[in-house]
Amino acid sequence: MADTLKLEIVTPESVIYSEDVDMVTLPGSEGDSGIYPNHVPLMTKVKAGELVVKKDGAEEFLAVAEGFAEITGNHVAILTDNAIDSADVDEAAAEEAKAKAEQRLEEGGDMTEDEAKALNQAILFSAAQLKAKRSRR
Amino acid sequence: MPSTRDIRRRITSVKKTAQITNAMEKVAQAKMARAQQAAIGGRPYAELMNRMLGEVVTHAGDFEHSLMETRGGERRALILVTTDKGMCGAVNTNLLRLVSDEFIKDDTRVISAGRKGAQHATRAGWDLAAEFSYADRPTFTEARVITKVAVDLFESGEVDHVDIAFSNFVNTILQKPEVQTLLPITEIKGVSAGVEGEEMSAELPGGTTEFLFEPSASGVLGELLPHYLNFQVHQILLEAKASEFSSKMVAMKNATDNANNLIKDLTLTFNKMRQAAITNELLEITTAQMALGN
Repeated sequence: MADTLKLEIVTPESVIYSEDVDMVTLPGSEGDSGIYPNHVPLMTKVKAGELVVKKDGAEEFLAVAEGFAEITGNHVAILTDNAIDSADVDEAAAEEAKAKAEQRLEEGGDMTEDEAKALNQAILFSAAQLKAKRSRR
Repeated sequence: MPSTRDIRRRITSVKKTAQITNAMEKVAQAKMARAQQAAIGGRPYAELMNRMLGEVVTHAGDFEHSLMETRGGERRALILVTTDKGMCGAVNTNLLRLVSDEFIKDDTRVISAGRKGAQHATRAGWDLAAEFSYADRPTFTEARVITKVAVDLFESGEVDHVDIAFSNFVNTILQKPEVQTLLPITEIKGVSAGVEGEEMSAELPGGTTEFLFEPSASGVLGELLPHYLNFQVHQILLEAKASEFSSKMVAMKNATDNANNLIKDLTLTFNKMRQAAITNELLEITTAQMALGN
């Protein structure tokens, strides 16, 4: 049995990440879960947050938005609205996006539940980006 | 009989038109490449989504979801995906003809994405429930808003079916108007990401492995279904855009070719007339000379 995991992160726009890794920690809906090779088949919701990949002894950080993960033995597939490698995170842009979303949420007004939810997700994703970026240092 | 000057003026005007259509062709070509790229980019996601949905459905047991509910009624809503702008060949015409011939009844509620569809709906007196526009590169958010309206109509019981009409992108010269059922999700079918017109394998993987679900199978399915709908609408928007631009490109290419042919014809007429005028003049001169000469 191979002792690596094939990690795939797929968004509607493209495949963000597809590599063999040693371990991945993903932000599940019931808390973070660390996935090692030969994990029991699992289907879980993913919260917006930070995803840590261990590969050849080094750690990589990615930010993911809300989505789903499918884990089968040696394959981890993550289906998400948005994902970004921490190396590509533009900190200023993320800060700004977060501030903007927070402000919109603050103002409230005639916002529908869905819009509020989308804004919340945007805030969480921005926060995840910042966190991933900072963990990297 | 137009004078040579009239013809020369017409040639200049046709030349300018050809320049414009040529430029529009080039723009459409660039945009088409991008739109096709986007449609292809959505494919891995569609595949993964189908697989996950298949697995959840096989393991969720007798799970009922409001979006899967089949009701007996015949009230329908139609999401009509057209373009915002004209000058794109026959995509809108073909789609609207198909839709008005076969799908629109008196009580059909129309949700229009794209201005052309909305205009037609108003003119034809259809029951327009909502109108949206979408960008050249449709975003997920735009798809979500459209889906939301449709889901609301369905869940509130105002309609029993939701269909979506769009022009499917087969290839650059062929776009096929198509109507797909969106709601209820009675059977999970592949999202046709068909850039080359091929369908995704609609076969669901068998339940060979036992899955754990977090938090629960129904919980995951409850989240996945709306997401699936959004994604399907998004993919359809991408396809509609690819269709629009390829059709526009072909239409503009034809226009440019026609203009060039016209220029050729006009130039020929112009030269003939000029030649005739010269011959005429020469004749006059010789006649005058002969009259004087002897």
